[in-house]
Amino acid sequence: MELLLQQILAGLATGGIYACMALAIVMIYQAIDHLNFAQGEMAMFSTFIAWQLLQWGLPYWAAFVLTIGISFIGGLLIERVVFKPIHDAPVLSHVVVFIALFAIINSAAGFIWDFTIKPFPTPFGTSPLFGSTLIGAHQGGMIAVTLLVLVFLYIFFRYTSVGLAMRAAAGNPESARLVGIRVGWMIALGWGMAAAIGAIAGMLIAPVVFLDPNMMLGILLYGFAGAVLGGLTSPGGAVIGGFAVGIMENLVGTYVPYVGSELKLPIALVIIVTVLVVKPGGLFGRVSVQRV
Amino acid sequence: MDASAETLSIARPRPALTTGRAILLAGIVIALALPFVAKSFLLFQLTLVLVYAIAICGLNLLTGFNGQFSLGHGAFYAIGAYTAAIMMDRWDISYVWTLPAAGAICFVAGFLFGLPALRLEAIYLALATFALAVAAPQILKLSPLEHWTGGVQGIVILKPDAPFGLPLNQDQWLFFFTLAVALLMFWAAHNLIRSRTGRAMMAIRDNPIAARSMGVNTALYKTLTFGVSALYTGIAGALGAIVVQFVAPDSFTFSLSIALLVGLVVGGVGWIPGALFGGLFVLFVPNIAEHFSKGLSGAAYGVILILLIYLMPSGAGGFVQLVARRFASFTGRRSSRTGGNT
Repeated sequence: MELLLQQILAGLATGGIYACMALAIVMIYQAIDHLNFAQGEMAMFSTFIAWQLLQWGLPYWAAFVLTIGISFIGGLLIERVVFKPIHDAPVLSHVVVFIALFAIINSAAGFIWDFTIKPFPTPFGTSPLFGSTLIGAHQGGMIAVTLLVLVFLYIFFRYTSVGLAMRAAAGNPESARLVGIRVGWMIALGWGMAAAIGAIAGMLIAPVVFLDPNMMLGILLYGFAGAVLGGLTSPGGAVIGGFAVGIMENLVGTYVPYVGSELKLPIALVIIVTVLVVKPGGLFGRVSVQRV
Repeated sequence: MDASAETLSIARPRPALTTGRAILLAGIVIALALPFVAKSFLLFQLTLVLVYAIAICGLNLLTGFNGQFSLGHGAFYAIGAYTAAIMMDRWDISYVWTLPAAGAICFVAGFLFGLPALRLEAIYLALATFALAVAAPQILKLSPLEHWTGGVQGIVILKPDAPFGLPLNQDQWLFFFTLAVALLMFWAAHNLIRSRTGRAMMAIRDNPIAARSMGVNTALYKTLTFGVSALYTGIAGALGAIVVQFVAPDSFTFSLSIALLVGLVVGGVGWIPGALFGGLFVLFVPNIAEHFSKGLSGAAYGVILILLIYLMPSGAGGFVQLVARRFASFTGRRSSRTGGNT
């Protein structure tokens, strides 16, 4: 029983990271109707920036905030420079450009910081949380930060005018433009926020999986699984999906034989294919209907 | 390519020796001479170029002619490679028979993966195949399969000798063998897209709803195309395993799928001979980039991909056609001018 509880809590902790990635994916999906295959690499690059700032002697939380800021601007710039010119290009062009970004960011990180595995510090310490053996302090911190991000995003989208404008631009670009919303900039803003959320996820997971240029590929896949499970059109659903995928991953890894103890990627593959086939809209999403 | 040009060229009576055929013949002659002039490492690389070209040709059938996406063809390449390696190493079967077997297994695998793909719109199919590519190395490492796959260590296989006592060394023979397979596969692909089936594939790409109302069985053709595409890539994988003499899970990571996609875009989406340019690019550009710095090959790939998408979305195929068109209009203008003078 204690093992079960422990696994569920650990699943919630990693699930929080998947939820962040899923959220970042959904934000871009809502803005431009495409899946950002480079999301994981963007997060990885942000984490390397944080590592570099820490190496230069900044205190952790200063580096944390600064990295989020840099990532936000980076995301904004990627949208403005790379994706704005091709916004009405066919799907293949988008997929190819995402893959190109993936390759560029991955090898740039390897070029600048090389491919050796680096440890990344945790601000929460490694002691057990509240003296219990169920969950470590870092895992507790991961869950707390994830929830904070969610509350912040909820307030932002629900109660601020910029959040409302962003929702309008995603939901109905033409009408939004007619009421004076600068749709292009709202999309760029969405990219910036997605990059920032990805940076948070990267910095939180780096102490667990260690820092190297390929660290986010598996996590991105779980993020996709979470986003698809919850529904690509529903940010709330994506978060729940992320947590659910985290718990599922841990439980399957513990109780099903032959599934290894490291990142269990085939589980994500099975989740993605099953959900897309059985319920393409996900648990909480809308099914997109195309008018002929 | 647009379908109307295809039908036009079918209807037109064709001369025996067109420019295309002349280039093809010259290419074959050069290819036949190569093993006797090239050093063995270069020959090994050129053999791999042909292998990649076959795989890219398979991806082209799927993406270029049927409009479906796959970021996961590295997984089918891996299945083909492992089929060949297991048959040769565990069961002592001749390398020649591994190709049809790898093709058949990959056809089935592709067909089965194509079944759910039927329900998926372009972007979701990209996602599902992305997941397949990323998960593939871990599936190969699974401990229940270790008995066959050799786990993390992989399988080492031996290079075949030239048959019938031909006076060729192993590298030369493998090059000829791969060349023959590649020519066969390209010829088959060329014929496939000119057939009724090929027109159905392209109709589905251009307008699925219109295709369906014209009586094309979209579901069948889409899954079949997925199967055939996987078959091509699987045969390439088997050849690749024989040429490299080694398979291991970490040779088939996501970067292999990226490489195939890069080759497709560079060669030209929807242009069959483009796969050869794609193969050359995929093999040699990373090597050149690695000369400058380790890990730079990804950046080179990425930058060239983005430039291609902005400047020449039709890849090498588009470039060749552009040059041909310019040349034709240039000579046409000149001959009409001289005609006016006399």
